[in-house]
Amino acid sequence: MRTQPIDQFAAGVGAETRAAVYGGSKIGHEKRTKLLFDHYADPDRLRALAGEIKQHVVENLDTYLPAAEARLEANGVKVHWASTAESACEAVYSILKARGATRLVKAKTMVSEEIELDAYLRERGIESLETDLGEFIVQMDHDHPSHIIKPIIHKTRRQIAELFERNGLGAYDDEPEVITRRARQFLRHKYLGADAGLTGANFVVAESGRVVVVTNEGNSRFCLAATRCHIALVGIEKILPEDRDLALFLNLLARSATAQQLTVYNEFILGPRGAGQPDGPDEMHVIFVDNGRTDVLASDCRDILRCIRCGACLNVCPVYRQAGGHAYRSVYPGPVGAVLSPLLLGKAFPEKADLPKASSLCGACNEVCPVDIPIPDLLLRLRDKAHSEGIPSPGTPPMGAWAILATQPAAWKAALGAGKLLNHLPTSLIPVPALRAWESKRDLPPWRGGEFRKWLKKRRQ
Amino acid sequence: MPSPGRAPVVGKRVQLMATCLCDAFHDDVAAATVEVLEHLGCEVSFPEGQTCCGQPAFNGGDWPASRRVVRHAVRTFCGADPVVVPSGSCAAMVFHGALLEFEHEADLSDVESLGRRTWELGDFIVNGLGVRSWPGRFDAAVALHRSCHTRGTGSSDAVALLVGSIAGVRLVEFGEGEQCCGFGGTFSVGFPHISAAMGDLKLEHVRAAKPDVLVSGDMGCLMHLCGLASREKAPLRAMHFSQVLSDAMRGPA
Repeated sequence: MRTQPIDQFAAGVGAETRAAVYGGSKIGHEKRTKLLFDHYADPDRLRALAGEIKQHVVENLDTYLPAAEARLEANGVKVHWASTAESACEAVYSILKARGATRLVKAKTMVSEEIELDAYLRERGIESLETDLGEFIVQMDHDHPSHIIKPIIHKTRRQIAELFERNGLGAYDDEPEVITRRARQFLRHKYLGADAGLTGANFVVAESGRVVVVTNEGNSRFCLAATRCHIALVGIEKILPEDRDLALFLNLLARSATAQQLTVYNEFILGPRGAGQPDGPDEMHVIFVDNGRTDVLASDCRDILRCIRCGACLNVCPVYRQAGGHAYRSVYPGPVGAVLSPLLLGKAFPEKADLPKASSLCGACNEVCPVDIPIPDLLLRLRDKAHSEGIPSPGTPPMGAWAILATQPAAWKAALGAGKLLNHLPTSLIPVPALRAWESKRDLPPWRGGEFRKWLKKRRQ
Repeated sequence: MPSPGRAPVVGKRVQLMATCLCDAFHDDVAAATVEVLEHLGCEVSFPEGQTCCGQPAFNGGDWPASRRVVRHAVRTFCGADPVVVPSGSCAAMVFHGALLEFEHEADLSDVESLGRRTWELGDFIVNGLGVRSWPGRFDAAVALHRSCHTRGTGSSDAVALLVGSIAGVRLVEFGEGEQCCGFGGTFSVGFPHISAAMGDLKLEHVRAAKPDVLVSGDMGCLMHLCGLASREKAPLRAMHFSQVLSDAMRGPA
């Protein structure tokens, strides 16, 4: 029996990378749990409340999105709608082109990864530079992020120091302070020379039109301080109804993502620079990106749109810890990615239909999710979807013969007895591929089919 | 995985769902379950037509095949008596998983009604029958592996309460107890590399705590962990908690 693609990938991950991913995830999870349970008697109630608010938003986007648009426009923000990755890239490019901008600085935005904005702009002569330290390193190394919050969780200090040396950022030194200082020195000049700043948004509040961006490095603030134009790329699901909801969501996001009571820099952006304000962009654009989200909304997996991209489900996931983020072949890895990534593909779902299989369905992801997404249930629904669409799944044992046995008690009993032959067969001759796959790693206990039934009959005599 | 609102247990008649793993490999666990329930005064019936809860196909994505097996289980475990299962995983399949795959089926209410009276063994003893402690003696340092499908149910606390109450038992904690052992049913054969790596980590944590025995409420987890340990020529002593309860009853009081 062939094994699943993610298992094959995991088998090839080097010991150093695995240790980095495992250690980083584990400590993230442990700190998060401590901070939540030390401060709150019942953090699960907060998660349930946040989940209800976000589910309400997801199911009422048709009213919240126009409301948000109206507030944003009233605040002086130009709102754009992009239904595909291509149209989102075009929207960014046309804004930059109209201003004659050629240098863009980016604070971390997952959506820009999702729509592959970098390559699009590069082909059109526009430099877009990542300013989040992790993303900066990923970009310099022509690599991909492997975690939603810690894009370089798979890298070691040594690898980063070597990368800096190769790229002329100073002689080898793997002290984190030195690495950070060198990146900072390089980036400060870039901020000053940039024509426009691009950010994502953690939340957009429908009531006020407030765009909320959080970072720990202050890089979003730098992206907006010196540039004259701010573009925010926002997935359509990022809406919150009211400003007061931020108290709950900023709290849960910081604790779940980075085990902080609050992220260090919280930007609450109400529009472009107003009269009398000394700093900030004169022009502000919000591009609402669909790119498959309305298809997700129409599906029975719409709960996944509650996600606030905290990465807690990655940190706790035993499969993610073993395989790392690159195994998922997607911008969004881990449990949330195993649901979201194949769904965002729409008709191309079969390309990633194996991702929902990459779970022991242990449920740890649901237990830590700040918006209480029932991720295992959604993974199961996608497995059903893949099966009912006839998509082949290497590594999934066929269930036809089992279902026949399991619905015919006489045949079941006969099979229980016949199974004893297994006790005398060498592994290579076991006629059931799934049992051979089991034996590739573990011994099988002796077959004792039917023994309990015999024991019970005797006891009842 | 929340257990559904249950009807209170009336009377002492129960139906045993032995599980396919016990039917095929672990007859001693099914037997211990009968002994434990009878010790509590239960009248245990064993519907002969029983096979499997339907979980392998459900997890594998073949929901039509799984639904056929669930319908068979619904017919087999008829009546109003509680169904007791020595497995958190199979119990959760009946009261949670099956509901998901029957969401749009006409006979959903039949499945729901089976779900409402299906209990994992430890949950049944403590939260169904109201038993809070266990008699007898069992001299051992016990490491309890909380199986994943009991998350959000009363089972893990129930098993810890029962086993911990036995004279002579010393419960030992081990690292990363919330992590999955890597079994996961069909996951263990589709993802053998990751599954085994997860199992090895679990074994490492358990061994570091130096228990005399590893105890769980799910034979899937134990079969996987013992299978790995045996392959590594470092066998692990493991028991289902029903065996600990039944041994304690027999042991010197």
